[in-house]
Amino acid sequence: MHAKKEFNWMIGGPQGSGVDTAANIFGRACGYGGYHLYGKREYHSNIKGLHSYFHFRISEKEIAANVNDVNLLAAFDAETVVRHIREVIPGGGVILEKEDLNTRIQDIPTLPPEFIAEFKKYLESKGIGNTVRDLVGEAKKENIRVYPVAFLDLLKDLADELGIEKLSKVTRMKNVLALAISFSLLDYDASLVEKAINAVFIESPRIAEMNVLACKKAYKYAKQTFGDSFSHKLKKLDVQGERIFLLGHQAVALGKVLGGCRIQTYYPITPAADESEYLEANEIFELKNGNGAIVVTQTEDEIAAVNMASGAALAGARASTSTSGPGFSLMVEGLSWAGNNEVPIVITYYQRGAPSTGLPTRHGQDDLRFAIHAGHGEFPRIVLASGDVKECFFDAAKAFNYAERYQMPVIHLIDKAMANSTQSYSVFDVGQVKIDRGKIVSSSRIFESGEYERFKFTDSGVSPRAFLGTEGAVMWYTGDEHNELGHISEEPLNRNMMMEKRMNKLEIAHKEIPIDERLNFFGLKEAENVIVSWGSPKGAIIEAMEMLEDEGYELAFLQVRMPHPLPKERIAEILGKGKRRISIEMNYSGQLASIISEKTGIFMDFHILKYNGRPMTTTEVYEALRKILRGDSPKRQVLNYGS
Amino acid sequence: MVLKMSDYKTPVFADWCPGCGNFGIYTAIKMALAELQLDPHRVVIVSGIGCSGKTPHFTFANGVHTLHGRTLPFAIGIKLANPELEVIAAGGDGDGLGIGAGHFVNTGRRNIDMTYIVHDNAVYGLTKGQASPTLKLGLQTKSLPKPNINEAVNPIALALASGYTFIARAYAYDVRHTENILVQAIKHKGLAFVNIQQPCPTYNDINTKDWYDGKDRIDSTTGKPKPRIYKLEETDWDPIVKSPDEELDKTVAALRKSREWGDKIPIGVFYKNELVPTYEERISKRIPFYIEKPPSKQEISDESGAPTVTIEEWFKKLKV
Ligand SMILES: Cc1ncc(C[n+]2csc(CCOP(=O)(O)OP(=O)(O)O)c2C)c(N)n1
Ligand code: SF4
Ligand SMILES: [Mg+2]
Repeated sequence: MHAKKEFNWMIGGPQGSGVDTAANIFGRACGYGGYHLYGKREYHSNIKGLHSYFHFRISEKEIAANVNDVNLLAAFDAETVVRHIREVIPGGGVILEKEDLNTRIQDIPTLPPEFIAEFKKYLESKGIGNTVRDLVGEAKKENIRVYPVAFLDLLKDLADELGIEKLSKVTRMKNVLALAISFSLLDYDASLVEKAINAVFIESPRIAEMNVLACKKAYKYAKQTFGDSFSHKLKKLDVQGERIFLLGHQAVALGKVLGGCRIQTYYPITPAADESEYLEANEIFELKNGNGAIVVTQTEDEIAAVNMASGAALAGARASTSTSGPGFSLMVEGLSWAGNNEVPIVITYYQRGAPSTGLPTRHGQDDLRFAIHAGHGEFPRIVLASGDVKECFFDAAKAFNYAERYQMPVIHLIDKAMANSTQSYSVFDVGQVKIDRGKIVSSSRIFESGEYERFKFTDSGVSPRAFLGTEGAVMWYTGDEHNELGHISEEPLNRNMMMEKRMNKLEIAHKEIPIDERLNFFGLKEAENVIVSWGSPKGAIIEAMEMLEDEGYELAFLQVRMPHPLPKERIAEILGKGKRRISIEMNYSGQLASIISEKTGIFMDFHILKYNGRPMTTTEVYEALRKILRGDSPKRQVLNYGS
Repeated sequence: MVLKMSDYKTPVFADWCPGCGNFGIYTAIKMALAELQLDPHRVVIVSGIGCSGKTPHFTFANGVHTLHGRTLPFAIGIKLANPELEVIAAGGDGDGLGIGAGHFVNTGRRNIDMTYIVHDNAVYGLTKGQASPTLKLGLQTKSLPKPNINEAVNPIALALASGYTFIARAYAYDVRHTENILVQAIKHKGLAFVNIQQPCPTYNDINTKDWYDGKDRIDSTTGKPKPRIYKLEETDWDPIVKSPDEELDKTVAALRKSREWGDKIPIGVFYKNELVPTYEERISKRIPFYIEKPPSKQEISDESGAPTVTIEEWFKKLKV
């Protein structure tokens, strides 16, 4: 579907079999060769045995989404073949375990009954048998190359060569064999693959050595057995400049540290915990002079996490907590306290498929309205939504400025697709990150009245903030309604004034925060087709637009980065010019679209939605948009790609 | 300047019922602060929701009146961000042992250098007298429609099991003794827990002042009441763990002692162990400069607003 030079590799197998490690090596090896990449990880809520896979897309330019196509599939097991072979496009290839060819689909114990029932229909429609061999035969008809490998023999040889008696000691290296066979078929520079292996196993030289040997062996084996039969080749590119290769949760962690976060609290939950663990592993870091550190605390629950972060913020630290839906649900009362007490905490909210435990390891954008409305009572907050790994980084840093400048909680929405996706970039320009702590009172100041009023009424509603422990300042906080000193007050007039003081800060934020921090605009200014979206569909939308522009369609795309307070005037202005307004979101009801309608009175003409737990691909967004542009789309399209 | 007890009082009207045990606790807190000459700006009193939760508003020291049951997480956050602060958490028995029981237990695991006071009146005062987790099975206090059907939790035993390193009981109407216990608790290196028996004249008509004083038990020879409360320090009780090998025996003895109730109610220090490393020490092991540069004291930007972190170094690890 795309003219650009790119390649899609997928590796799959049971969880715990080394899919992630193989993917990590694959990505690095491609990176060393000058390629950009986008890698998506899919896994079950399970530790060992259920299916997982990694889809890597590599390209000469920066990319932020997957496509439906797979050029080469490396399958550790029969299930991977069954689940993914139909994604391989003509001219592509499949590497599989020779012995799996005879496996009958209904005998694969990890395939759920609803999958088998659905799959049967496919087999019947094709009039083919029910073994992996039958599927492979069907693929061959589509000009797909099949590479059966006797992995066990290869592993036995390897064990002999290494002088290892127990075969189980080397079976894990199946992943590197599959990876190296892939690269060998692509005729890729083996030294880059070995460099990547050494980098990934830098902590254990012996394992690195063993894997390098496995790589060499696999290269040779593939050359001898399959020769030059695969039509795709991957050449090292000649590129300048340095590249980084990072996951969304790492980008958030880095952004937080750069932005001055010095306390992080968390209770383990997928996919948020990775960020906190990464922070803890890197708790000490370099400053321009000396060292800095972040204190990471694993709490007993999310209630403790959010309230501990609030406590730390009152004492003057930039503090945050990270969670996903179930955890955020528990944080809600604490959020309300922080809103009432004007506490600058940052909550990083990794959305995943919901409701309840939902799809714990899968993607979703179900929680926009929850983030905006959570908490009893009315209080101001800011909600940010990053659209890709790079935005995760900058938004994570900036969130603290908003929180402290306007003295309110900030909720930073990410999602599973971003958290667990690997993306490559040119090194970020961190020069643009500035720290703004808002109005702070330090000990040198003498308080006019002799008393420090934490909640002093001001024109903007923002009261100068002293940290707990500031000399000369004694202050009170309470979840009850309070007076300027922070003591309980139920007086009606004071109540009105305090409500207005707090809510006014949101107005001020709305007026002050530059529009380019809140909205991204892509495409043609006066386009009659206007797309509105938020979060991770961004990458797929931009690419799909480019493809449609090549076909002569005019499109604009409005990416909302600050859903609350919503930059409604500008949104109305842009949408007002459009003839076809299209909302694209990963939830059932089109949450952003409905919020826009509520705030601007403008309704969307078309909705492209998806809620099957798998991120949107460029391919399906392209197809859905094309339908709309050609005039043969219903008002609502629900996408369903992914396994 | 020498600070007097009255310096720790705010003009806010203390709106507890007349005769409420909270007055005794409040007075003891002010006395302890004065005794230790703690600067009001360096002290933070963190409370939960309940009658007891109002204490910070009446006390001239930083006050953080939090959520029902969440006293401890807030207190920990404050202390971790700025370990120089003297953090005193104070909440109700419902707050700490009912809705906040998970925090009670998990805070014990951390041995943070702060003090936690539970105002134990055996009822939910502010919601009009329902049973709290410390009300004994079968008792029917004034506003209960039926006798209490739950067993009571033993706060001293729970604190022992959770890892608190200073565990004491006080009695709100013995203000001097309570003050003395609080001073010891604040000075203790590590996490101190003080359970204060607090009569609630409005809703707890069983564990009243008269009951604690033993007015229902007249000594036939002297004709005087036999008080239920007695002081551990007036016996040969020794709560201090002086070497690691004493730990088990002292714990078991304290546990046994914690079960005394009814005719004889011990107050005083049940257990004290300063051999356990504090949370701050544990963090310092990993972050050697934690105490000098805790989270609230780190420079995060220079005068131009640029972050102090050289993130480029970190990026190097992610380079391909
Ligand atoms: C989440 C939540 N649930 C319920 C309440 C209502 N509530 C207020 S005070 C209280 C009980 C207080 O009892 P205790 O903690 O023993 O304090 P006391 O009033 O006895 O000092 C309850 C249940 C609340 N504030 N928050
Ligand atoms: S209800 Fe009980 S605890 Fe509450 S103020 Fe009145 S006497 Fe004190
Ligand atoms: Mg109570």
